[in-house]
Amino acid sequence: MKTILVIGNGMVGYKFCEKLMAKSESDNYKVIVFGEEPRPAYDRVHLSEYFADQNAERLSMAPRSWYEENNIELITNERVTDVHRASKTITTINDKEYIYDYLVLATGSSAFVPPIPGVEKEGVFVYRTIEDLDATMAYVAKIKSQKPDGKAAILGGGLLGLEAGKAIIDMGLETSVVEFAPRLMPRQLDNEASQVLQNKLEALGIDILLNKGTQNIEGDKAITGMKFSENETLPVDMLLVSAGIRPRDELAKTCGLEVGTRGGILVTNNMKTSDDSIYAIGECALLNQMIYGLVAPGYDMAGVAVDNILGDEALMPSAIDMSTKLKLSGIDVASFGDALNEAKESESIVYENKFQGIYKKINVSKDGKKLLGGILVGDASDYNMLHQIFLNGMAIPENPEDLILGARGGEEASFGSALDLPDSAVVCSCEAVTKGQICCSVTEDGNEDLASVVAATKATTGCGGCKPMVTDLVTETLKSMGKVVKDVICDHFQYSRQELYSILKVKKVTSFDEALDACGEGKGCELCQPAVSSILASLYNHTPNKEDVSQDSNDKFLANIQRNGTYSVVPRIAGGEVTPEQLIVLGQIGKKYNLYTKITGGARIDFFGAELNDLPAIWTELIAEGFESGHAYGKSLRTVKSCVGSTWCRYGMDESITFAIELENRYKGLRSPHKIKGGVSGCIRECAEARGKDFGIIAVEGGWNLYVCGNGGATPRHAELLAEQIDNETVVKYLDRFLIYYIETAAPLMRTAAWLDKLEGGIEQLKKVVVEDSLGINAELEAQMDLLVDAYECEWKQVVESDTMKDRFSHFVNSDDRDDNIAFVPMRDQKMPELWK
Amino acid sequence: MDTLQSKYKTVKVDEVKEWFKAAPISAFSVNGGACVKYKDLQIAVFNFERFNNWYACQNLSPAKNEMVLSRGMLGDHKGVPKIACPLLKNTFSLETGENLNGDLEPIAIYPVKIKDGFVYIGTH
Ligand SMILES: Cc1cc2nc3c(=O)[nH]c(=O)nc-3n(C[C@H](O)[C@H](O)[C@H](O)COP(=O)(O)OP(=O)(O)OC[C@H]3O[C@@H](n4cnc5c(N)ncnc54)[C@H](O)[C@@H]3O)c2cc1C
Repeated sequence: MKTILVIGNGMVGYKFCEKLMAKSESDNYKVIVFGEEPRPAYDRVHLSEYFADQNAERLSMAPRSWYEENNIELITNERVTDVHRASKTITTINDKEYIYDYLVLATGSSAFVPPIPGVEKEGVFVYRTIEDLDATMAYVAKIKSQKPDGKAAILGGGLLGLEAGKAIIDMGLETSVVEFAPRLMPRQLDNEASQVLQNKLEALGIDILLNKGTQNIEGDKAITGMKFSENETLPVDMLLVSAGIRPRDELAKTCGLEVGTRGGILVTNNMKTSDDSIYAIGECALLNQMIYGLVAPGYDMAGVAVDNILGDEALMPSAIDMSTKLKLSGIDVASFGDALNEAKESESIVYENKFQGIYKKINVSKDGKKLLGGILVGDASDYNMLHQIFLNGMAIPENPEDLILGARGGEEASFGSALDLPDSAVVCSCEAVTKGQICCSVTEDGNEDLASVVAATKATTGCGGCKPMVTDLVTETLKSMGKVVKDVICDHFQYSRQELYSILKVKKVTSFDEALDACGEGKGCELCQPAVSSILASLYNHTPNKEDVSQDSNDKFLANIQRNGTYSVVPRIAGGEVTPEQLIVLGQIGKKYNLYTKITGGARIDFFGAELNDLPAIWTELIAEGFESGHAYGKSLRTVKSCVGSTWCRYGMDESITFAIELENRYKGLRSPHKIKGGVSGCIRECAEARGKDFGIIAVEGGWNLYVCGNGGATPRHAELLAEQIDNETVVKYLDRFLIYYIETAAPLMRTAAWLDKLEGGIEQLKKVVVEDSLGINAELEAQMDLLVDAYECEWKQVVESDTMKDRFSHFVNSDDRDDNIAFVPMRDQKMPELWK
Repeated sequence: MDTLQSKYKTVKVDEVKEWFKAAPISAFSVNGGACVKYKDLQIAVFNFERFNNWYACQNLSPAKNEMVLSRGMLGDHKGVPKIACPLLKNTFSLETGENLNGDLEPIAIYPVKIKDGFVYIGTH
């Protein structure tokens, strides 16, 4: 039996083990893995997610038990310090010695910290390991507890720097990104794309400073600022350095392996170093004079090394794809192929829309036949397809601009369906899964849903960027086999939400148990219970009090659960109109119960940090003062935001505030597949941002324009025009129809924008149904809305007026004690929950 | 970091030393949960009538270290009774404590006994 020692248990070192274990010959090898970090390999690509939930386990590539089951000896917390090539042994920091037949160096890289004077000061961090993040977060918390307006800076405006910037601003510090180059992501973007991205980041509150060289890190013990020149210093309380990576080649250097002049362990395209028994893979390897700082090439290298050790000849491909898509929430950025036209072999086609912050550029070969690269900012929905066209050298349309503008003029779908790709197209580059393998997994191995295809092929389990394309492939393949692809609710109800809605309606079902009896099986779960409850509420306007155990937790307690198990309290303030007296009352209640208080984006007041036991008392006081539930916790109408309109504004064309209040009161309490927001603007200046809502109404000459199916959030969408210049009554009529039609036909947790995307025929079809009554159902839709509006009751009023309903708002059944696990820390002049423990 | 979690250890029926009298049956919603205070422990107890059975587990969400499992939703996963955490929808078997939709450590499970209209929890 031969021994393979793997040095480094990062993403690529782990992948080497996984690929080796998949081979039957692996039984002939003893594998020992050394990792310097305290835990087994984890997913560094998704490291930023750790900021949000500190859940290291979720990032783990495989638990320790996996290594045990595969007879791999995993030794963590143990750095290898020397390699003795003559005796084929290594020693570790604890002076242990091991013999090898093959040695695999997967030591990765470390963050590069430029030698700026003062960079060793307290408060300067890097961004590479879970421990780095723990240290960063602890320091952010410390700053926040000491000063109200703490500031952070990120050194480096590349991919990682921007991701880090977003994470830090989410933690509540003012954040600046400092970049030496004249643009952001200089290796992926051109100046125009960088400008569009910069605008978007600035809108998120991230400050961008370009062309800045840092001369000195100021401060005594801890950092207080970054000095750019004699008369320019940026005051900061902490700094995250993200200025590139340096391959960890120290072991290779000391044992005399060849390394590159600027670092990196020299390998040939079979991943062997200058010593035949030693391989180097991942970010420590210098291949083609390049360090490939991405996982996909690292995984390929792992596979090539496995094959060569087992005696098969395998080589790295001659062209290695460095395309990237950034994972900044809400901002799409992607670049692929020769994005900057460095080879000067192409002509560019550029589309830029400054209104929407969209920039798309494709580089097309001079003969107009091939796509060579491109950049997408603001809307990267075409990325997967364009990337595939580029990778596979597929033919492009006669008018290459159709690739980014869509086929204009007709109603035809934009270019290309996933099924048009060649079978050899690598769809998931992390796991090297081809389109052919995915389709075969459906047609030949009988996997009939996404989850089974993922389990069988491992596609999507790396960076996850290919998920939309894999989903499309599975769906399209099933369709082509004549199988109906149905989005069923869960194992307990084999129906789509729309079907279930009709069944429950026809069978006059009024409780979850009845629903199970009528058309379900088993005992239900966290997917079907809220879905059924939501449908029943949409049918009869029953409040959650009727059957609290079948509601989502938030609906059960009529409040939003926050991250420490306390709740928020949001009374309705229709249209955002509030009297000074009401404000005083709210202030008194907030003070009495010591609640963190904030004005929401929906123009109302949100109290946080209420303990379960206090909710009934707080609401008793609110209701006595005439407030009602704001349904901020429900999948239901939230707010109808408005400007003051012609009531006050000298530009106003109509009374937007009056109309907003009327609409909010009409639809309050309406339960739906997802939350619904509305907006009313008094003129086209659009101060209420109505087009970012599920329904938006804008006053124009001669009436209102009605827009539907917009939203903010992770994938912002402008609402689309449903009808023009209509009067108040017609607006209400169309809205009634639109809302009920959406409620009856959408999937669970599907917002109106996604629903419209799925609706065959899109907005034109919706106009036919809602305006022209093409399905002949409008009378029914309106009657249903009238029924719901009439049946409305404030669910918090029901609770405070009932003797028994309050019982569920007690933390313990057998004691009046409070949950002693809840802890707050001061923040500015208020409080916030302690960080996740 | 695991000081809270370390207080919660599964108790098997044959290991019960003391049955703690928690509360009358009527204090628990049908097909719902509630939290019982026992010494310095918080134990979530569920009256899962659709299974014709009672279950108990730690109230502590292992993912987030918050006392919330009793506020979660009951259900079954291929016939196994389970509880879904209200914070992040991690689900756990109420029979074994195993995390059914991820690889979190199992939660602690306690036996429940009903006698003369009262709910008892088995403890060490
Ligand atoms: C925040 C962040 C976001 C990223 N996002 C993306 C992305 O979106 N897409 C993408 O493709 N890539 C991304 N990357 C890059 C990706 O994570 C790396 O390409 C990948 O982790 C490289 O794997 P590796 O195994 O070569 O190195 P590493 O994952 O760094 O693993 C090397 C391991 O070896 C250990 N080690 C080193 N020397 C020794 C020694 N002497 N003895 C024992 N152990 C040793 C190290 O401690 C480390 O654990 C991102 C990286 C970061 C930090």
